[in-house]
Amino acid sequence: MPRNTLTGTRIRERRLVLGLRQSDVARGVGISPSYLNLIEHNRRRIGGKLLLDLARRLSVEPSALTEGAEAAQLEALREAAVAHNGAKEEMTRIEEFVGRFPGWAALLSDQSRRIADLERTVELLTDRMAHDPHLAASLHEVLSTVTAIRSTAAILADTDDIDPEWQERFHRNIFDESQRLAHGAQALVNYLDETTGDAEMISSPQEEVEAFLRKTGHHVAPLERARAPRVQQLVKDATELTSVPARELARSYLKRYRQDALRMPAAEFLDAAARCGWNPAVLAAEFDAELAAVFRRLATLPKEDVGFSIGLVVCDGSGTLTFRKPVEGFSLPRFGAACPLWPLYQALSRPSVPIRSVVETAGRTPHRFLTYAICQPLPQSDFTRPPVLEASMMILADPGLSLREQAMPVGTSCRICPLGDCIARREPSILSDGF
Amino acid sequence: MGKTVLLIEDEPNIIEAIRFILLRDGWTVQTHSDGETAYDAVRDTMPDVVILDVMLPGRSGFDILREIRTTDTTAHLPVLMLTAKGQVRDRELAEQIGVNRFMTKPFSNTDVLASVRELTGG
Repeated sequence: MPRNTLTGTRIRERRLVLGLRQSDVARGVGISPSYLNLIEHNRRRIGGKLLLDLARRLSVEPSALTEGAEAAQLEALREAAVAHNGAKEEMTRIEEFVGRFPGWAALLSDQSRRIADLERTVELLTDRMAHDPHLAASLHEVLSTVTAIRSTAAILADTDDIDPEWQERFHRNIFDESQRLAHGAQALVNYLDETTGDAEMISSPQEEVEAFLRKTGHHVAPLERARAPRVQQLVKDATELTSVPARELARSYLKRYRQDALRMPAAEFLDAAARCGWNPAVLAAEFDAELAAVFRRLATLPKEDVGFSIGLVVCDGSGTLTFRKPVEGFSLPRFGAACPLWPLYQALSRPSVPIRSVVETAGRTPHRFLTYAICQPLPQSDFTRPPVLEASMMILADPGLSLREQAMPVGTSCRICPLGDCIARREPSILSDGF
Repeated sequence: MGKTVLLIEDEPNIIEAIRFILLRDGWTVQTHSDGETAYDAVRDTMPDVVILDVMLPGRSGFDILREIRTTDTTAHLPVLMLTAKGQVRDRELAEQIGVNRFMTKPFSNTDVLASVRELTGG
């Protein structure tokens, strides 16, 4: 979908100059703060009445918000023309083209950028292509789609006297192929980054433990009983735990699970949690437990009892994720570092300060989550050693808990994050300009 | 009536785009999308140029090219291969079998048109 690349940035700049809050401006024009946030990050198109309303709210002429977008589009078309030899003779007519057909010009520049992005992606993945048949098939799909878009867009750009019927057909083809490209590229990224749950894909002791816990729904029923079996026996019986390090990790996890269960018995805890609206601070006070333990305990409650999903991530002082209980819509990276914008890392930089935050995940379908995070030192008996920190973040998927609050956009990990203009970005995304 | 191109490709929108640029250049364009019966289409059409995709449903473009080259009546036909598989070994395989021109996707319309013209001495 074509869009003005700079309008959102200009709206944001103007708002900040006036010192206005995003939520106040959004309310003034009758939209949600998260939608304004998307507009300000150029992730939603804007025009018509909403543009006029925003311009009025920001005390500027509408043209002041949109000027510059056309310049960016002209530049994008010039780049496309340089890359495509056939259009060079028409370079002098680019402004005329944009003026007469602004919609098609935007479509062409958008497609041109997308092709450039995909060519970079293909370059990055070429090495793997030779060794992975599934990947080769997926890339073939992407390349075929790119070819169709490129050829069709070139026809529209190069042909002055195109028959309206053909023109209509080609526009439809470009749209169809763009949709297909979006799905194909997303499937490719998912293939590369998703945890499949397939035993053959398990590559670390941590993943063995996660596979074991997934099987239990993260609720280890035997450890909830008054007379629980020995942790050692549970580990021995678990077929998912094949390596010695995985069994060691599982033992440590299950011992802590048992301690949490004894301090916060399931039935009593569930009742109290529902009563206080899943507020971990209230539960910590009521059960005389640390916040991190309350997070862990909430994340072990069966989903059917809670009514929605509760996820949990834990990291050590280096930021490495040491525990992951995923929630649908909030992707957790399987390899490498996570998004530095997660409240988990804010907590890590401010030990012992509880952080409550509403976040919205980046992607084609944004999801909102309420998160609670805390960083605490692990118990140790030696004053001569530096403290060892551990941060935990609980992720609540119930939209009713956070729907009206302003949300902070977050990603999964930089490589597959489509968020633009992110100060925390470590490396360019292979999803530049959003599939 | 102009010279004939037989386009063997299974992507409808690629077919549409190539067909359009060739038609405007005065070519007669026949299309075929099934790999299994593609050689029959070549034999029946006897085009001036064959544009042949590598990955087709039913049969690989390499196999079709091999049959074109090993059958006396079609061995002389110019063949332009299109593929998303740009690896050196695929190009080498196509050249060993006897391709006249090998282009990787995404290609430009100008290059396709220029290649077709060259292959027919145009």
